[in-house]
Amino acid sequence: MIDLLLAFLSTVGALAILFASIGILRMPDFYLRLSVTVKASSLGVGLLLICAAIMFPDDASVLTKALAIIFFLFITTPIAAHMIARAAYFIGTYLWKGTIVDELNGMYDKETHKLNSDPDAAIDKSTGPEDDQIADTEQETK
Amino acid sequence: MTLVNYFDYIILPILTISVILVFIRLWRGPSVVDRVIALDLIITIGIGIITVYSIRQNQKVLLDVAIILALIAFLSTIAFSYYIEKQKDD
Repeated sequence: MIDLLLAFLSTVGALAILFASIGILRMPDFYLRLSVTVKASSLGVGLLLICAAIMFPDDASVLTKALAIIFFLFITTPIAAHMIARAAYFIGTYLWKGTIVDELNGMYDKETHKLNSDPDAAIDKSTGPEDDQIADTEQETK
Repeated sequence: MTLVNYFDYIILPILTISVILVFIRLWRGPSVVDRVIALDLIITIGIGIITVYSIRQNQKVLLDVAIILALIAFLSTIAFSYYIEKQKDD
């Protein structure tokens, strides 16, 4: 019975990790890759660690370690993803060419690195399809 | 099929294929930020591989390595994004 539970949980976890890696390979631009990767890999690793906690029931240290890793991953992965996405938008990584709206357009002050939240006070807002950060061809983000 | 065989022939190959797919993105990645998240995902999958291996071998000591790897993945991504954001300032 425990074996069946372990097999089920580890299969779901491994498949979630596999979907994350297919997503990072197939998604069309950096921001979509990031959003796929973070959620699916957190779920997969969390399920595998729960497997480890079930596997050694007589040892409290394994349960503590597994819960510590899950807690740490769930706290730090969104922070890391937020910081790398912010840096990527700052250095001008292109969005996918099918992107409808880019709400961050002109909102970052390039000198002070501050985020402006009022859309009317945007700095040098780019308007044309040539000078915005949405890619013009599929090849630029592939 | 025993649980050890299941881990050997199903779970660990799936995780290995995942690492190979992410490595293709690490190899091709058009910009440096793509490579950073690919590296981060490889380390995260490494935590999963270590966990499965520790279950399969009945070695609970190996989970300590997973804690250290989780720390390193977080710190490396933060450091990369910090310096990527600063690089145009000079």
